[in-house]
Amino acid sequence: MSVFEEKERVVVKFAGDSGDGMQLVGSQFTNNTALVGNDLGTFPDFPAEIRAPQGTLAGVSGFQIHFGSSEVYTPGDSYDVLVAMNAAALKSNIYNVRKDGILILNTAGFDSKNLRLSGYQENPMETGELDGYSVYPIDVTKLTREALKENQLGTRDKDRSKNMFVLGFIYWLFNRKLENTIDFLKRKFSKAPEVLDANLKALKAGHNYGNITEAFSTRYSVKRAQMPPGKYRSINGNPAIAMGLIAASHKTKLPVFYGTYPITPASDILHELARYKNFGVKTFQAEDEIAGICAAIGASYGGKIGVTGTSGPGMALKTEAMGLALMLELPLVIINIQRAGPSTGMPTKTEQADLLQAVYGRNGEAPIPVLACSTPSSCFNMAYQAVKIALEHMTPVILLSDGYIANGAEPWRYPSSNDLDDIKVKLAKEVKEDEVYLPYQRNVDKVREWALPGTPGMEHRIGGLEKEDVTGNVSYDPDNHENMVKIRAEKVERIANYIPLQEIDNGPDKGDVLVLGWGSTYGSIKSAVKELVNEGKSVAHAHLHHIYPFPKNLGDMLANYDKVLVPEINNGQLVRLIRDKYLIPAIPYNKIKGVPITKNELKDQVELLLTKEKETV
Amino acid sequence: MSTETATPIYSPKDFESNQEVRWCPGCGDYSILKQMQAILPKTGLKHEEIVFVSGIGCSSRFPYYLNTYGMHSIHGRAPAIASGLKASRPELSVWIITGDGDALSIGGNHIAHLLRRNFDVNVVMFNNEIYGLTKGQYSPTSPLEKVTKSTPFGSLDHPFNPAAFALGADATFVARGMDRDPKHLQSMLLRTHEHKGTSFLEVYQNCNIFNDGAFQLMTDKATKPDNTLFVEHGQPMIFGAEMKKGIILDGYKPKIVSLDQYGKDDLWIHDEHDRFKAQILVRFFDDPRVEGNYPRPFGVFYTEERATYDDMMEAQVKVAKEQSEAPDLDALIAGKETWEVY
Ligand code: SF4
Repeated sequence: MSVFEEKERVVVKFAGDSGDGMQLVGSQFTNNTALVGNDLGTFPDFPAEIRAPQGTLAGVSGFQIHFGSSEVYTPGDSYDVLVAMNAAALKSNIYNVRKDGILILNTAGFDSKNLRLSGYQENPMETGELDGYSVYPIDVTKLTREALKENQLGTRDKDRSKNMFVLGFIYWLFNRKLENTIDFLKRKFSKAPEVLDANLKALKAGHNYGNITEAFSTRYSVKRAQMPPGKYRSINGNPAIAMGLIAASHKTKLPVFYGTYPITPASDILHELARYKNFGVKTFQAEDEIAGICAAIGASYGGKIGVTGTSGPGMALKTEAMGLALMLELPLVIINIQRAGPSTGMPTKTEQADLLQAVYGRNGEAPIPVLACSTPSSCFNMAYQAVKIALEHMTPVILLSDGYIANGAEPWRYPSSNDLDDIKVKLAKEVKEDEVYLPYQRNVDKVREWALPGTPGMEHRIGGLEKEDVTGNVSYDPDNHENMVKIRAEKVERIANYIPLQEIDNGPDKGDVLVLGWGSTYGSIKSAVKELVNEGKSVAHAHLHHIYPFPKNLGDMLANYDKVLVPEINNGQLVRLIRDKYLIPAIPYNKIKGVPITKNELKDQVELLLTKEKETV
Repeated sequence: MSTETATPIYSPKDFESNQEVRWCPGCGDYSILKQMQAILPKTGLKHEEIVFVSGIGCSSRFPYYLNTYGMHSIHGRAPAIASGLKASRPELSVWIITGDGDALSIGGNHIAHLLRRNFDVNVVMFNNEIYGLTKGQYSPTSPLEKVTKSTPFGSLDHPFNPAAFALGADATFVARGMDRDPKHLQSMLLRTHEHKGTSFLEVYQNCNIFNDGAFQLMTDKATKPDNTLFVEHGQPMIFGAEMKKGIILDGYKPKIVSLDQYGKDDLWIHDEHDRFKAQILVRFFDDPRVEGNYPRPFGVFYTEERATYDDMMEAQVKVAKEQSEAPDLDALIAGKETWEVY
């Protein structure tokens, strides 16, 4: 009988060939983990090629999950358990396994061909290089085939079920139930009974294998996390954005029109939204990025919630149309799921390097509000807020997320539709007869009205040429141009009066160091600062969700700390905005490797700052 | 197709906007604007039901001069903007005003996709075979060897044949008119409006500043009859000063014949629903300066009824709404697997 060792937190990494189905194993294990009440964070990491060369390091697809009985903010720094389906998966992950960690190795993936492709001279299971780890070799391929003896599928198809064997085994290791995955498989393969049978059998065989062999003398159990009361689900970033948009649509009774072009890692938003036609959502997969945003502008002009989504290269293409939307002063939401650039860059790797592009990257004086998601669950509210600002202030809004947030998952204490903020949509009503409609008349916040085609008496012409104040007629008047540039800037600045004040996420109101973050660094900063605070250090964490305009109190907040450290997955972008706006010597900390900053890296950095003399950089 | 129109409730004047028209005096655009203002009352539509979307170029100033809704957008993108507008507001009458550079160079991608999707919108492409607004560079429809500011030694670009391009993109309505034939242009504009699906109307338009006389042989009284062929559905193809020339089809090969030798029944009878023959007709695209070439055709070359994108999109939403229960946002947010912490 194996005994259970209670752990506060565990990090598991599933790794295999991109065809091995590790992403599915990861997402199923994630849902299962969420259902048992652990807090969690995930990090799927896959090659750009759909079928990268088999057996090579480039072809390794991985899924990392960190779960625990106390708060989890990151996918974890190092792995307690590594499941490697072949030699390449071991080779590319072993550096990150805890020295006494568990290695579950599929021996079929360590034949001479796999060893050669992954660059091992000899089988690492035999050289002693894995001494110290708890190594569990399992011939998954053979065991799966045996379990499926009765099944009618061909060998190749049977072998596809080996990921379910692994999943079943891991469920056993963590003393989990199989139900949610059984239900999932039944839904997924309802039309392919033989495939369903194979997957179910493999799953159960994996689970039984653990039982029968008593493979592990010690198994892990992780208690339920102490989470605030409420209803929870597991959520990924992109679906959360889609839901936030639909929620805003539901609230305003204005349908969403999503014009877009497929691009990694944003396409899932399209896939999600396309399913919700019953909510009146219309999705339009356009011929290119430009047509995607232009169609969304057309929909906004027509009175719908026009939204476009993309990643960095697509943002570059949409730039001119963003300028148009700004001149037209129409509501529009532009979502950028950032990835590592420049150019095509590393499409499946994460980065935060499009911030300056979002804030500044257009011709002319072209201010557009910029919002940023920080975690998968924050995407819901940020998408909702982006729509709210766009509609209430008649402006295009840029919402930044990134590949890490988009694909990562976490438990989400989801809101009720009753808790959603109000969104005030002000449509132009009818004008009196003989009165000329003035499309560029504004309220105190410099917001013009939304006059929809089809409304009698309000026929007007708008366009990208400079407008005369109030009338909206084309104007080349020098004073008018300066005035209009300032009006458009003031309109965006005034949004600061409507967004929440910046809050300290964790730590003291005054102190030695403020770690100021934005976007997907949230989890790492949160964990690092939490530990530092517990250690009695004078360190705080604030995380920006509104980057342009900044919250009104941000300057005062920054002045309360001796040093401001800005960690970013780029070469220093927010730090420039902060230095520029507040004239303080904010200190950059950058990692530009296509992967998140880890808690320990950040902690080291803060500690370095604390030990240094209080000098400015 | 019926050409009956609703009772007019407006006069052409009602469609003039309060903006001063700013094309060069003598520009062909004036005529097109006038013919548009003449036909809009015949559509029976109200001002507010009509939207003109344009791109960039001389032609794209058009929306400013019409008392309807309008958007002067960015270069080449009007088809994409109009697609989004029509998709979300199918009840509106949406016109796209564009030029040869706007539609076929910078916006070539969008126009091709608009045509194949068959949104129920109208495209009027002013073709003057030159870039006017940027002051005289050759355009994608300029003839080979054209000498312009940017091609002092002659253009090396083989020109686009816009009607063939549109047919190639499976347009459901392809027609051509000219600024100098107001009556015909009006009938083309009306047909453009009446067609359900994307209508593509090319209009030859003289740019008297940078490309004066580009279509002179086809528009001047003296040379027009021999250089043009006005096709009408069900009618034999006859042209020439004395209406003595006709077109016969010898297999797939069109031939110009004299009516002294052939009877009208021998001639090619235009059938605007014949996709294959339309492909031949739009290939009448020779340089009119060269003797003995095919006359340039005008009229509706091809039209077909095909489901429109906007209708199909509405239908999908309708079915989705009928087949599912009333949209429940809370159920959507919660998803399939939830748990509760007490
Ligand atoms: S440049 Fe040519 S096309 Fe443009 S307005 Fe003048 S005459 Fe017309």
